[in-house]
Amino acid sequence: MSTATPTDLFVKVQASKERLDAHVREMVEWHFNPETGCPFWLNWAQEAGWDPRKEVTSYADLDKFGNFQDDELRGGPVRRWVPKGLAHRPVYVFETGGSTGVPKSRVQMDDFRIDYENFSETLPDEHFPKGSDWLMLGPSGPRRLRLAVEHLAQHRGGIAFSVDLDPRWVIKLIKRGQIQEAELYKQHCIDQALTILRAHEVKCMFTTPKLLEALCEKINLEKAGIKGVFCGGTEMTPQFHRFAVEELLGPNIYFAPTYGNTLMGLATHKAPEPEDNWAIIYYPPVPRAVLEVVDFDDATKIVGYGETGRVRLTTLTKETFIPRFLERDECEREAPCDQYPWDGVRNVRPFSRFQKSVVEGVY
Amino acid sequence: MLHLPILRYGKPYRSVDTATAVHYRTRQPFVEASQANAGLIRRDLARQHEAAAILQGFTTRELIAMAGKASGYFLNDTLPLGDSAQSPQEFVEAVSATTGLPWVMVRRNMAKIAGVLASMETVLMGLTRLPNLDMLDSGVGDIDGRALSFFPRGDSMGVILPSNSPGVHSLWAPAIALKTPLILKPGSSELWTPYRIIQAYVKAGVPAEVFGYYPTSHAGGGEILRGTGRGMLFGDVAAAKAWSGDPRIEIHGPGYSKIILADDGAAGWEKYLDLMVDSVSNNSGRSCVNCSSIWTTGDGRALAEALAERLARIKPTAEDDPNAAVAPLANPDVAKRISAMVDSELDGGAEDLCAKVRGSGRVAEWDGCTYLLPSVIHVPSKEHSLANREFGYPHVSVVQVEPHDLPECLGPTLVCTALTNDKRLHQRLLANPHIGRLNLGPISTMKISWDQPHEGNLFDHLYSRRAFQAVPELVG
Repeated sequence: MSTATPTDLFVKVQASKERLDAHVREMVEWHFNPETGCPFWLNWAQEAGWDPRKEVTSYADLDKFGNFQDDELRGGPVRRWVPKGLAHRPVYVFETGGSTGVPKSRVQMDDFRIDYENFSETLPDEHFPKGSDWLMLGPSGPRRLRLAVEHLAQHRGGIAFSVDLDPRWVIKLIKRGQIQEAELYKQHCIDQALTILRAHEVKCMFTTPKLLEALCEKINLEKAGIKGVFCGGTEMTPQFHRFAVEELLGPNIYFAPTYGNTLMGLATHKAPEPEDNWAIIYYPPVPRAVLEVVDFDDATKIVGYGETGRVRLTTLTKETFIPRFLERDECEREAPCDQYPWDGVRNVRPFSRFQKSVVEGVY
Repeated sequence: MLHLPILRYGKPYRSVDTATAVHYRTRQPFVEASQANAGLIRRDLARQHEAAAILQGFTTRELIAMAGKASGYFLNDTLPLGDSAQSPQEFVEAVSATTGLPWVMVRRNMAKIAGVLASMETVLMGLTRLPNLDMLDSGVGDIDGRALSFFPRGDSMGVILPSNSPGVHSLWAPAIALKTPLILKPGSSELWTPYRIIQAYVKAGVPAEVFGYYPTSHAGGGEILRGTGRGMLFGDVAAAKAWSGDPRIEIHGPGYSKIILADDGAAGWEKYLDLMVDSVSNNSGRSCVNCSSIWTTGDGRALAEALAERLARIKPTAEDDPNAAVAPLANPDVAKRISAMVDSELDGGAEDLCAKVRGSGRVAEWDGCTYLLPSVIHVPSKEHSLANREFGYPHVSVVQVEPHDLPECLGPTLVCTALTNDKRLHQRLLANPHIGRLNLGPISTMKISWDQPHEGNLFDHLYSRRAFQAVPELVG
């Protein structure tokens, strides 16, 4: 429960806004400086005919870019996204989507490490003990999550055990209506996880909602030694949140739901309070990424607190600049709180206007 | 607002996720139901065997007696409903509110369900064809000295229920007397009847732990069908197709029920008009046993015109009108879509004669509600796309065929009423594998005899016979 007064919170929110504006100026200077920016944004500025370094002085000014089109992230050459100022660094490329067609790519050097080190600060040590080993029961292959969770484990002094899991294959099976095959594949993943849990002393894990359910059908995680579960990757409803805490995990295992993706990083959840009625409230890692909730029909308009709209992401790191990207999600806008003095998002779910075309039920 | 919980083996559970069903006229939320997440269903299904063991502790006679008591409770008593209670009249009004069915039709369906519960012994005798139902308890017996044994195929039956009409619930209700726990997914707007049947059974002494009631999504319904030993699915063509390859699931899709008139029957069609009107329009045409096409070797046009004249008299009335004959659709858009679909196929000589008699289209607005009024489509040939269709309102196609076309031209037919004395045609109908229930003579397609199951035999669905031998001293 927050002990901050409204005045305290107001001051914190203002300080956060000022920090964000300063961060925006720093990032715009970096990405649009010919010495440090990436070819994509430098070319973009040349074609746009205006210099963001002169015209963008605050977060609000990023509206001048319009909405970022994620198709820009598909295909090569991926080096067009590598900032010149970081060109000497080893580059990772992570993909998102791609069950059919060309996936979206994001190049990274350290962002996944920084994001997950920051996230690590939000994990309670008694449930994610330092030095403990982890199970990464999530997507493998060209996914950021795979390396990010491994880094999280290493950052906390542990080792991460992983499984083979190709979510693109699962999506293909679901699209073909081969539900039984998808179930078998899921069991194949669960079998790998069970083998790890039985063979090693694992205390922490990452998994997705569906895999958590499937795993808990086979094993009592508390008896298996698990103390904390970090969960994400797909939609989580309030009912799932309750079900996970009350029935799948029980009172002795900490449940950390997260909202994230390759483009944003990781939004952490606010500790649940009874008045939340199991709503899952996430706060983005401001100033590295900002989440806003915009009107369904006018993406330049931020909706009021408690109102429903579409999630809009802005990513602002030295490695990646993505202004005003409309996510395929909707949610309610959540007010700042003491721990996170900036806007959050409540009960994120697939964008209802896309629902017929989105196959989520991946892992 | 009234809230209906999930019942997890009888124990109420209020979910954070809810869905509302609206009143058909006001379009305002009328009832809220807890929605079960798929994982919760899967978790509960891991305990099916416990529920099965509870029912195995009763004799069939005891369960039949409880069904008999439940019949009376279902029909006459105030029964629990969420945190409150519901009288029989409140039940009638609630079903009407969310499905649009007039009260008189709800009461008719109520009586049908109560009838099955009250006649459980007859129903089981019809389903099992056993001379002695005590064999259901021992699992072994003999008929005329021949050994017989059978065993349950699963620990429970999952049922995905529809919203169109409560009468279908009579099909799964005997499962309890067959010692099979039920995992029910109610229709999104017909939440009431399965809940009330459960409450009636519980009041009659059946342990609540043998009932699961899970309002849930399509995905949740899939978990029920995948996770239960035996299943029953009520759904449209697409839903039926999705599960058609799974022998564990008994599928109740569209019925395509028919009346055929040949020879003397075709010549004397006028005397069957009442039967045809009833078969087409009873229960507002919502049942799979409603006749959706009439096939005659006589004058199809004359028959269609006479039928259209009769069915065109059906008009919207108040929900409490004892003579109500047509129900509004809970969703007006659905009415318009169905009507547009019919219109789009009215070409090549097909004609809606009912609309012609009425002088108006089939979509009607009355007292703030949207109705689909009856249609009688005279089609020019058996190949026409409207010759053999079912739309869930009083709709019938009239097809004139040559005698040699019957019965092969009929295709899959849940109920076929044959109006002819042609014995050779009778034989061909009896040999036809596509007819689920055959009525020889003037019997409405709507008339159901519960010891004559149509569309699958619940006992055969839930139990399998095995070869059995034993030395006499071991079987007493």
